[in-house]
Amino acid sequence: MKTPPLPRDLERYADQARPPRETPGHAPVIGRRHGRIDGPAQVTGAAIYADDLCLPRMLHGKILRSPHAHARIVSIDVEAALALPGVEAVITGQDLMTPYGIIPWTEDEHVMAVERALFVGDAVAAVAALDEATAEAACGLIEVEWEVLPHVLDPEEALREGAPVLHPHPKRKGNLTKEIELSFGDPGAGDEAATVVEGDYFFHGTTHAAIEPHCAIGEVGADGLLTVHSATQVPHYLHRALARVLELPPNRIRVVQPAVGGGFGGKSEPFDLEFCVALLSLRTGRPVKILYTREEVFLAHRGRHPTAVHAKLAVDDEGRLQGYEADLLLDGGAYASFGLITTYYSGQLTALPYRLPAYRYRSRRAYTNKPACGPKRGHGAVQPRFALEVSLDKAAHALGIDPIELRRRNFIGENTRTVNELRVGSLGLLTCLDEVERRSEWKARRGRLPFGHGLGVACSAYISGTNYPVYPNEMPLSAVQVAADRSGRVRIFSGASEIGQGSDTMLAAVCAQELGVELTDVRVVSADTDLTPVDLGAYSSRITLMAGHAALHGTRQLAAKVRQAVAEAWEIEKKNVALAGRLALDITDPSRSLPIAEAFALAEARFGTLGATGYYHTPKDVHGDYRGGAIGATPAFSATAHVVEVIVDPETGVIGVEKVWCAHDCGRALNPLLVEGQIEGSCYMGLGEALMEHHEVGPGGRLLAPDLLDYRIPTSVDTPPIEAIVVEAPDAHGPYGAKEAGEGPLHSVIPALANAVFDAIGVRIDTLPLTPEKVLAALDARLEATTDEGGAA
Amino acid sequence: MTLPDPAPALLRLLVNGETRVLPCAPNETLLEVLRYRLALTGTKQGCDKGDCGACTVLIDGQPALACLTLATLCEGKNIWTVEGLADGPELHPVQAAFVRHGAAQCGFCTPGMLMSSVHFAESYTGSEAPEHGEIAHALSGNLCRCTGYTKILDAVAEATLEVAARRGAPGAGEEGGS
Repeated sequence: MKTPPLPRDLERYADQARPPRETPGHAPVIGRRHGRIDGPAQVTGAAIYADDLCLPRMLHGKILRSPHAHARIVSIDVEAALALPGVEAVITGQDLMTPYGIIPWTEDEHVMAVERALFVGDAVAAVAALDEATAEAACGLIEVEWEVLPHVLDPEEALREGAPVLHPHPKRKGNLTKEIELSFGDPGAGDEAATVVEGDYFFHGTTHAAIEPHCAIGEVGADGLLTVHSATQVPHYLHRALARVLELPPNRIRVVQPAVGGGFGGKSEPFDLEFCVALLSLRTGRPVKILYTREEVFLAHRGRHPTAVHAKLAVDDEGRLQGYEADLLLDGGAYASFGLITTYYSGQLTALPYRLPAYRYRSRRAYTNKPACGPKRGHGAVQPRFALEVSLDKAAHALGIDPIELRRRNFIGENTRTVNELRVGSLGLLTCLDEVERRSEWKARRGRLPFGHGLGVACSAYISGTNYPVYPNEMPLSAVQVAADRSGRVRIFSGASEIGQGSDTMLAAVCAQELGVELTDVRVVSADTDLTPVDLGAYSSRITLMAGHAALHGTRQLAAKVRQAVAEAWEIEKKNVALAGRLALDITDPSRSLPIAEAFALAEARFGTLGATGYYHTPKDVHGDYRGGAIGATPAFSATAHVVEVIVDPETGVIGVEKVWCAHDCGRALNPLLVEGQIEGSCYMGLGEALMEHHEVGPGGRLLAPDLLDYRIPTSVDTPPIEAIVVEAPDAHGPYGAKEAGEGPLHSVIPALANAVFDAIGVRIDTLPLTPEKVLAALDARLEATTDEGGAA
Repeated sequence: MTLPDPAPALLRLLVNGETRVLPCAPNETLLEVLRYRLALTGTKQGCDKGDCGACTVLIDGQPALACLTLATLCEGKNIWTVEGLADGPELHPVQAAFVRHGAAQCGFCTPGMLMSSVHFAESYTGSEAPEHGEIAHALSGNLCRCTGYTKILDAVAEATLEVAARRGAPGAGEEGGS
């Protein structure tokens, strides 16, 4: 019989989980492989996620959703629902009339339908009751009289004259959310090219499928202040939206983010449940929790836009790119979400990592009566990357040039500008290519494998956060407060959102490095709008770079005070005092040291309570001077190269992925273990999108696979070995040189896989996902073509 | 969460080695009983329909989905959850390996993943380190969206050897999940 495990000693657990070779001592924390600071809490069940919270007198909420893809609400009668014993409040769209939206220029959402529901699953009313079952029963008693309207599910049709218009607007053409046409370089540059590769590509809709469903709890304190605990990845934007929609001063609202069970972009804007729990708790005076069902997560969605790309690539005899043109049509679903940005990203970010003398794109996004699309890991750039990298492979094949060599020849270089005027700093693409080429034994094996076996390559580059906030302002993009005291403990308060990527651990590592303490000496308080300074949230791969910089800024000031106090006590120069390994050290006299707690005490006596603030703003940008030129501008770009090996069974059409090699330039790996984890997770998600995942909407606008069985994400058996190769090309704009690692490694795995399939069986499939049916159809079509040729000869 | 009718039956469970007697309605799942009646929130609800494995617990030593198990059917049974894995101040080797290898990122699938992993490690009879494919099969009912499974498989492979070594030690041999 085991002894009961409580009380937990998480610090002791952390010690047990340390690798035997790890030597805390004086070794630098930055660059060290170490587990997450919240690891012990995660593996013991102690980590508290939103649905784990249970407040006294808490009610449970449920949201009634539209059964129609497009319908007008003639009337809503909530009397019967209100009369059900146990029901405490019912709200409808009429209670929250202020429109909102994450992008200030496209505020087209309401918490619940005001006049019309725009997709199957659009919120219509919400109930708070003593328990979930009663709330659900009450939803069934709400009588909605609908006038069903014609709907449109296809973006092409949505843009046609006469299509039902989702958001009538005097300045907008029908369902066109956004249209962008930009041209860079000489548009005729490709005309003389030796090889022109033209094709149509289709990237299906995919979704985040974080394992934790969205959950929020509203609570009104004795002081009348509203608190919303939510599984969000952007507490700051949620805070803003709550204030606006509920018409409350922002200083009367607090947003607290507990542990979050994955986001991937799917929790990066305000959702109906967060407003509903807020209003229901204000109405009832009691805490209210809403937990989405898994089906609701699929409806709330905001996943990757289905995107059709017509692409034209011009290449000279030497394999040098002459020009690239892309015409993109994005299926946006019912609301704008981040779509304005997505529409730009789908063009702007394609320009890297190659030298393109001429580049032109047209990008359009259409509203359709489906769940709204928005940002998913690799936001906007994953779909066009597929088209470009497959085009490159086709060009290499046509010219008889090795596809890796083709990419090398066209590498844009470091410290340069793209044709669309994005500033590029470090970019370790060539090292990435060398690594995947060597490790996959590309030279010896490619083209020499038997039929059905193949290798494919692809590359990409991605942003480390954007230079601009979602709404224009001059305030810091990220900020921290740091404090230390005589106990030797350090506290860092940051608005950054830990959603599994390791941002709290990164903050602790910066503190530990700069203040000479160990990771377990650092308390990280994050993502609580009452306790922490503003950070804009976990999106665009911005946290390591931006919050990391803010933490460096703050901790270095604090460290300077400690070093000065010690220097004065020792009567030496400040520059000769170092803080490391829980000690203050005299670097001119190795025999002299002081425990860090005593050093902090000296500083506390000298300067008073020890604290500092740090913040980060992007450097003055030098982006293109054209409308949209700021989009895609980032302090630092990461680079990625993939080689994927497949075995395709020509009998069944099944694609088996043998192995994935992914080399990713993250600038500097602050913690290689966590960087590898990001690379592996990104590759995994891309593999799912390439092979099996599909957020498919059927006739009538109903989701065909609104659960984790039918929306197939790869299991441990479906996932091949992934070799994550960390490449370091430190960037002058990153903290310690660091750049992003969470999103970049997703992009190129998908086209690398498609290119490997071509290498294996000699057919191209330009429509994702690469299902067995498509493989068989492509093989059949080729067989037919060769038979026809044979017959004619 | 579903609250019971006025006079629910009493249910007796052995949870993480302790006897618990509690009221339980006939339609309550084991997941609801663990999370809401016993406040053992380590066991997670990811889908509530048996697809994701986040609610995996050990029932009489065997991995089971708590969201698909009626609590009343567990009368007298031995339930082991993530809260019971650490032996007092000592982490289970699989738990320690998960932290060491970065096998948890968001940590939400981790409790269920750990229960399947511990079951695998403790019932492993091979004389050599298990192969990744073998572990992958054992964990195929537990979806993880963050890690790509690579580090999870590394962690379980390493911990399985530790568990085997521990089992070989005098006085050992007690199964964590039974």
